[in-house]
Amino acid sequence: MSTPFGNAIPLVSLVPLSLGRWLLEPLQQGFLLRALLLGSLVAVVCAVLSCYMTLKGWALMGDAVSHAVLPGVVLAYALGLPYALGAFLFGVGSVGLMGWIRQHTRVKEDTVIGLVFTGFFALGLVLISRLPSGVDLSHILFGNLLGITDADVAQTVAISLVVLVLLLVRGRDLLLFCFDPGHARSIGLRTGRLHYLLLTLLSLAAVAGLQAVGILLVVAMLVTPGATAYLLSDRFGPMTLLAVLSAVLATFTGVLLSYWLDASTAGCIVLVQTALFLLAAVLAPRHGLLARQHRRVSPPVR
Amino acid sequence: MQQSGPPPPDRLTAHDLTVAYDGVPAVVDVTLSLPAGCLCGLVGMNGAGKSTLLKALGGFVSPAAGSVRLDGLPPARAQRQQRLAYVPQSEQVDWDFPIRVRDVVLQGRYGRMNLLRWPAASDRRAVERALQRVDLSDLAERPIGALSGGQRKRVFLARALAQEATVLLLDEPFTGVDRPTERLIIAVLRELCAAGAAALLATHDLEAIPDFCDRVLLLNRRLLAFGPTGEVFTQANLLRTFGAAPVLP
Repeated sequence: MSTPFGNAIPLVSLVPLSLGRWLLEPLQQGFLLRALLLGSLVAVVCAVLSCYMTLKGWALMGDAVSHAVLPGVVLAYALGLPYALGAFLFGVGSVGLMGWIRQHTRVKEDTVIGLVFTGFFALGLVLISRLPSGVDLSHILFGNLLGITDADVAQTVAISLVVLVLLLVRGRDLLLFCFDPGHARSIGLRTGRLHYLLLTLLSLAAVAGLQAVGILLVVAMLVTPGATAYLLSDRFGPMTLLAVLSAVLATFTGVLLSYWLDASTAGCIVLVQTALFLLAAVLAPRHGLLARQHRRVSPPVR
Repeated sequence: MQQSGPPPPDRLTAHDLTVAYDGVPAVVDVTLSLPAGCLCGLVGMNGAGKSTLLKALGGFVSPAAGSVRLDGLPPARAQRQQRLAYVPQSEQVDWDFPIRVRDVVLQGRYGRMNLLRWPAASDRRAVERALQRVDLSDLAERPIGALSGGQRKRVFLARALAQEATVLLLDEPFTGVDRPTERLIIAVLRELCAAGAAALLATHDLEAIPDFCDRVLLLNRRLLAFGPTGEVFTQANLLRTFGAAPVLP
């Protein structure tokens, strides 16, 4: 992957750059500012949802759904439809197929997930090589945040708002569904619907996220911020806030890094996210490795 | 409980209830009825179907045959009308979940709140009352993972209290619990039943049963015996339930 501009500079010359110039010069580029803003919006949406994914244990599901949208994206482009529509239909369709196979065969769940999403992904690869869609495979697989078109921006913003509004309205029920589905049922909540609502949100967020970092890495947007925040907080509200902050920070830093290093934007964003997670894993005040080590050496006095 | 007048209404009834997993029956032909005020112990070996029976009575698994009524309503409607409180086994709870004690108890009120689940003043009062009753007010801000075994049980009892349900189903509320907490749980359940609720609780604590249960249900996939504790909770029946004589006080 090469970024569409030729201002790459050697890594060593990053050192004498002043922080001000490091930040300000890229921001004067219109396309980069746009990438930062859109990337941040997507990061916020995926980060909020990632808290639910982490707590529900749906990381593999997120990976599966994000891969399964590929044929939908290709078909939508070929038919001139909004790509989000195709992606959404195939995302939800893959989940439906997984549920059906799980219920009607003796194959275990992780196996079903593995075989369904690879099947969908393979279908996408075949379609993309046969259909004259004008889709650049690498843009779908690795994202194209810096070269995103106006139509795609509009779709991504719309999807993001839908997800955020749904989470605002149904978030408490979804959290209860993650924590204690039995209690959710006992008070009359329809847990089947909550299950599919969460899957729908996952599909939508995956669609938004693939604009930013592509199909292959979108699962990081849907898992890593939640996992990082989970290490830092024992309450859901602060956890969500920390997930959002870490995701936005990673997007900003990642986009700027990719600008200065002339490296893959998606790769840089996810790399920073992973670095933040590792930092939290070591340094988190209660659940970090150092804190645990410290507790083992000197048990807390109550 | 009034001694004269009409008999108390049935809170929980089951007729010929059979539950099967993948065609294998786990609970067969159970018929029971708990009137208002009744605190009933559910006793059986591991694998006898206690949890399955509780789940079927609560409407969480649909029976292969037979019917269940809570306050005369089918389970789904009883759930929507907040008639049912279910206290799960501790092992089924994710204690690392980032949630505070008070927020768990507040979940007992969700079914009574608006769609956005914004608590009204009455919801907050019910939560504080419930926390106070189980002696957890001081720990309300703690994450649930920071609690001891007995405190954890009390959180879920408080949630059931806040719910103000009429039928309570409790799965092993006494495992991993110290004596004071067990006494507190029993006292709370007796209060609820005196106020007109009915409770069915699965337990391995045979010693305590004669002290606080009006009725006992002995289960080994089939109902072995069901009735007033004095009549049913006998050495002979326990022998049939466990296949060997357990030590009775």
